[in-house]
Amino acid sequence: MTAAPTPTELEHADTDDVVEPALPWITIVWNDPVNLMSYVTFVFCDYFGYPREKAEKLMMQVHQEGKAVVSHGRREEMERDVQAMHGYGLWATLQKSES
Amino acid sequence: MRQHFTAAGRGQVVGGFAALEADLVRTLVAQVVELVRDDAPAPTDEDDPLASLLQMDGPIEPPEDPVLARLLPNAYRDDAESSGEFRRFTERSLRDQKAENGLVVLESLRDAGLPDQVLPDDQTTIDVELSAVQVQAWLRTLTDVRLALATRLGVEDDDDDYWVALPEDDPRSYLHDIYDWLGFVQESLVVALA
Repeated sequence: MTAAPTPTELEHADTDDVVEPALPWITIVWNDPVNLMSYVTFVFCDYFGYPREKAEKLMMQVHQEGKAVVSHGRREEMERDVQAMHGYGLWATLQKSES
Repeated sequence: MRQHFTAAGRGQVVGGFAALEADLVRTLVAQVVELVRDDAPAPTDEDDPLASLLQMDGPIEPPEDPVLARLLPNAYRDDAESSGEFRRFTERSLRDQKAENGLVVLESLRDAGLPDQVLPDDQTTIDVELSAVQVQAWLRTLTDVRLALATRLGVEDDDDDYWVALPEDDPRSYLHDIYDWLGFVQESLVVALA
């Protein structure tokens, strides 16, 4: 279902458009009363490949502040991350970065 | 507290269950598999047979069942349209994934010698050996089962006192014990991997 490349469209892109920031979307993991702290840390290491220290810090942020931004990037990438989080049973959403 | 799973090298883990415990896990996992499979809605877009054929097309609305709504949550917080669009293209594969994980768990219990029928006085131990791939399926399935139980029970943060105070003959007390126990099993699995 992939469309053929259309380079001409790119050439005629509206130059008045605001240039999009490099990392405009974020994935947020929300706290839930069920998932184990150890498991959430495991997921952040296993899926994102984060070092244990970073994974634990993010897990604690979810636990204490109710949510944490766990990744950022293009919208399609964040949709992939959210889908993966749902596969692990974590409650995750994506949205445009506010910063 | 008994340690259920321990590391066996090369990403493998082993764990011992009483036959009755393994039987309980089997029952709960089978229920979750049934739930994610049976309630799968038919494609919404009748006008796009190609999308239906390629199984690209799923539901737009979140499931009504609160357990399914938790297992298959919205991907956008305040954007129903984007959530619907995301769901349309991903819910089926997420359901398939969850069912497949559950089947891996059921298969590993069968391979460990769990008989079809377990009598209440069965004293045998079921030794489960899991490959790295099977461990992933177990972790995710235990999560799904715990999410399902917690949603039905209405588990909230820091509510241990409430559950401890329930009278023993309250069926929710028994279910909550199972929920807790599955947490211990899952914890041992995570620790075995570390």
